[in-house]
Amino acid sequence: MESASKKRLYQLLFIGPAVFFFVIIVVIPFFMSIYYSFTEWNGVSTTVTWIGIENYKKILFHDSDYYKSFVFTFRYAITGVLLTNLVGFLLALLLTQALKLRNILRTIFFMPNVIGGLLLGFIWSFIFVKGFASIGEHTGLAFFNLPWLGDAPTAFWGVVIVTVWKGAGYVMVIYIAGLTNVPKDLIEAARIDGATKLQMLYKITVPLIMPSITVCLFLTLSWGFKVFDLIVSLTKGGPFNSTESVSLNIYQEAFRNNALGLGSAKAVIFFLIVALITVVQVTITKKREVES
Amino acid sequence: METTKRYTARLFSLEVLGILIAIAFLVPFYFVLTNSFKPFAELLANTTSLPKAFSLHNYTEAWRIMRFPTVFMNSLIITIASNVGLVIISSMAAYRMVRNNSRLNQVLFMLFVSAMIIPFESIMIPLVKLAGTVGFLNHIWGVILCYFGFGVSLNLFLYHGFVKSIPLEVEEAAIVDGSSTFGVFWRIVFPLLKPVTVTIVLLNSLWIWNDFLLPLLIISGPETRTIPLATYSFFGQYMKQWDLALAALTLGVLPIILFFLAMQKHIVEGITAGSIKG
Repeated sequence: MESASKKRLYQLLFIGPAVFFFVIIVVIPFFMSIYYSFTEWNGVSTTVTWIGIENYKKILFHDSDYYKSFVFTFRYAITGVLLTNLVGFLLALLLTQALKLRNILRTIFFMPNVIGGLLLGFIWSFIFVKGFASIGEHTGLAFFNLPWLGDAPTAFWGVVIVTVWKGAGYVMVIYIAGLTNVPKDLIEAARIDGATKLQMLYKITVPLIMPSITVCLFLTLSWGFKVFDLIVSLTKGGPFNSTESVSLNIYQEAFRNNALGLGSAKAVIFFLIVALITVVQVTITKKREVES
Repeated sequence: METTKRYTARLFSLEVLGILIAIAFLVPFYFVLTNSFKPFAELLANTTSLPKAFSLHNYTEAWRIMRFPTVFMNSLIITIASNVGLVIISSMAAYRMVRNNSRLNQVLFMLFVSAMIIPFESIMIPLVKLAGTVGFLNHIWGVILCYFGFGVSLNLFLYHGFVKSIPLEVEEAAIVDGSSTFGVFWRIVFPLLKPVTVTIVLLNSLWIWNDFLLPLLIISGPETRTIPLATYSFFGQYMKQWDLALAALTLGVLPIILFFLAMQKHIVEGITAGSIKG
């Protein structure tokens, strides 16, 4: 058995480093952020003035850009979550069939995901500006001749397209794992009972892969809400701030406008909303999980 | 039962459908790759066709301007060092938390796990100030230490789940043989953790290699840039020069694609395992 002093030593040796970095890098800045959100501070001067809830008032009542960035982020996140999961799920259904090229196709669908958002955004800005125009020229399809990044509605869909292209392969992998775990005899029993394909999908497959759905929704939601690098390289938040994400708005406020107090307040509000949404989502979908 | 797995017409049409989607998925890569070999005039005149002559000129220019060897090494060092540190601190902590399940450790574990919902944006502002005060700015070590803090929650969580499945008997035998707790961990438990370590290293590597926001905040000089940062500043300078820009993009994307192709089996397994545990 370990003696009390040895116990303390091992506790320190094993857990100490993790706690140390976690506290310095995450916990302390988190509380500092809350503190700064009640102050006026430009980040340069040493005087940090306590101003109570002024920043929050300013954001809630006078900051239409922040509000706008939230509306964009919500629309973007929800559209992105739905389409990414739909496409990912359909790809998974396709690739759980006995296809000969199954493995190569999996690799191809997953590949965009390993490239970082920043580089992906640059790649796609070329596709939208030059590639699509060129395809449009050859095919005459109006879809490719739209002013993809130059117009607010199309820029929104441009960002969504890239998001789905990037994320679908990732959730596909998780859905494939879920689908392979659905017991064959259940499907077989349902077929004997005369269930249609669609009924089997809704009544058996979907409830049984609920754990995968929970994870995929959680992942895609948090990607959606935190989107930053993709926006920076694809649209820079434009045209006319129409694709500015909350993340980008906070970054600009803090590091471009040097309003670190105000930026912190925005960050705190952002945290509260993201935390609320992810907790609600996980609770709801977890409840629908069933044991096979 | 589906004992007769014949290759039916239905499967064939699904196969064709899969190939068509795959082509649509690959089109962006085709455009970037083919145009990166073209001189600027040809790129503008004909974006869709294959290049008339494969010229490496764009590549040598982009290589030089973005200082590819330097930024590649920076990315590599940051990714490797962060991984090594994260694996050490989180595996040790997770092991201790499982084996010494005291009240304090339960509370700590809950703290680590719940911190996962804090978005990076909510801590970045004080973090940059803090990093400035300690002199971390513009050092790749500053970035690495930050990754220790940001990665430890998820890594600890994944290790925690895995350690629980390791039977105590093997450790007890080693303790009877006179091994210390420290020795038991490194010689017996850590090797057993290998599958989850592989998962963790791959997930961390993809995240850290591609991360943009944290390096953007901590690093400013060209000497310490990572690949995403170098690409970003390259585009700032050569905004409309698509010939150079596409070569730079291809150079930036190539290492991670090669890494993925080499490790894809483990990456896919890792994601699956990580998502089921989570």
